Amino acid sequence: MSATTFATYESRAANTEMSATRLRRAYLAETKYECLRALRAPAFALPFLLLPITLYVLFGILLAGNMSHGDKTVAKIMFVNWSVFGIMGPGMFGFGMFVATERSQGLLTLKRALPAPQAAYLLSKLVMALLFSAIVMATMTAAAAGFGRSGISLAQYVGIIVVDTLGSLPFCAIGLFIGTLATAKSAPGFANLAYLPFMHLGGLFYPLPHSVQRLEFLSPAFYLDKLGLRLVGAPSLDQLSSGAGPSSYGGPLLQIAVLAGVTLVFTALAVRRLARVG
Amino acid sequence: MNYESLAELSGVSKRFGKVLALDRFELQVRPNELLAVLGPNGAGKSTAIGLMLGLHQPDSGNARLFGDSPSNVACRRQIGVMMQEVTLAPELRVHEHIRLVASYYPDPLSADDAMTLTGTSPLAARPYGKLSSGQKRQVQFAMAMVGRPKLLFLDEPTVGLDIHSRELMWAALRELVRQGVSIVLTTHYLEEAEALSDRVVVLAKGRAIANGTVNELRALVDRKHISCVTSLSPELIATWPGVQAVNHDRGRLQITASDADIIVKQLVQADANFKELEVHRAGLAEAFTELIQEVAS
Repeated sequence: MSATTFATYESRAANTEMSATRLRRAYLAETKYECLRALRAPAFALPFLLLPITLYVLFGILLAGNMSHGDKTVAKIMFVNWSVFGIMGPGMFGFGMFVATERSQGLLTLKRALPAPQAAYLLSKLVMALLFSAIVMATMTAAAAGFGRSGISLAQYVGIIVVDTLGSLPFCAIGLFIGTLATAKSAPGFANLAYLPFMHLGGLFYPLPHSVQRLEFLSPAFYLDKLGLRLVGAPSLDQLSSGAGPSSYGGPLLQIAVLAGVTLVFTALAVRRLARVG
Repeated sequence: MNYESLAELSGVSKRFGKVLALDRFELQVRPNELLAVLGPNGAGKSTAIGLMLGLHQPDSGNARLFGDSPSNVACRRQIGVMMQEVTLAPELRVHEHIRLVASYYPDPLSADDAMTLTGTSPLAARPYGKLSSGQKRQVQFAMAMVGRPKLLFLDEPTVGLDIHSRELMWAALRELVRQGVSIVLTTHYLEEAEALSDRVVVLAKGRAIANGTVNELRALVDRKHISCVTSLSPELIATWPGVQAVNHDRGRLQITASDADIIVKQLVQADANFKELEVHRAGLAEAFTELIQEVAS
């Protein structure tokens, strides 16, 4: 520290207005450093990037491919279902754990004291989760196109990537809400409490018993899965097992509305809590 | 724009559950001053700072920052903050942390300048998580001042710093005040408050129990310390009027008295071999301790 160089400090008349350019830079800087730190945290990045693709190749391509003797419908279902599984993690855990940890460590308090743009923190976390979801979708798509023998067209792949990447938003919102309630230590537990039921009730891995199917509507994964299956023209596992074949799963508008509603409600709850208690 | 007070709490009360953290508390941060806010743990210091930063809302009374509500982000663009209990992202490099905070301000220093001024340039490319606790404080100081703020809130800024780094930070703080910056300092190091402050506010049980310059606070304690080498016995000196205590320590007598001048005259008259005289006024630490004890009793 050098006091002799403080002549350069030049305490200026306070300018309290941010130009649009500087405000944009603040948002970009927050987003850039949020993504950088997430990518540099292997304990966070590797499980969410490697686990979905590993499980998809093992169970979705090799095992299901063998058991179905290369059935293209099964291959399509596997790709769509494991993709939904892949994008749930970064949203729920990325938001939940990071926000809870940063709240516990005082970082959010510091951001509230500093003149950080109001939405920059949440927006940067959102972009980070979307980035991870996009990376997950890119790896899943590469594996499916390379080994999946699913017959999914390029346009369908692009459609699924867009739908599932955006479809991570409700999971981000739920993760964010958990992050505003939980401590750093309890956040993974709470996130799992939501993550595991969502995953299983979504009907991603096995046909659900008829009695449990009545609860499917509680899982955002269920609606996202149905949107994806519609895009590739495949039935759900429930329908496949009962021999129902491709059919309407409720309108896509309803599915999109539910996912958007979950996103808005949980984001609003989280933002309200962050503003009140930090 | 000129303000009489850059930050102000007027008749503020704040309760957390059953605990009354602040009770009709008044505080003004004036332009171009270094104000030390002192108090024992739980006195209400953090609550007072939190109210000025807009982190809490007062139950009653008013909190103002640059004449406006602290929740107004435009007001907070004139402040810099250094908090004690904050953990920054360990994965980001030092220059990245500083650049991020700089991006929040309309007219900041460059990150390079902030690092030069705070001596953190050699740390620029290092991940924050790899720094020592003292280095982290230096980086947080760079983050606090990179926005070129008019008012700095510094919470225990020198915890973990070695002596050299602490003296450099003290020099930097004095220079910032000379440049027109006001600083609100909370610290448990009373010698730090004594060395730096233009004004000291002492809190206890949510109220200000003293508010003045360091000298004014020291004057609250009617006590001087005389140290000398003399052949007179401690028992004899203890009988002199005005002597509050006498101790013998490694060949020297330590005398505490309300009026040092009279005692020194008596020492000179009573002992021809009297030598090595040192006289000290009571320090801020003693004044602080006495004030807190008065409140406690």
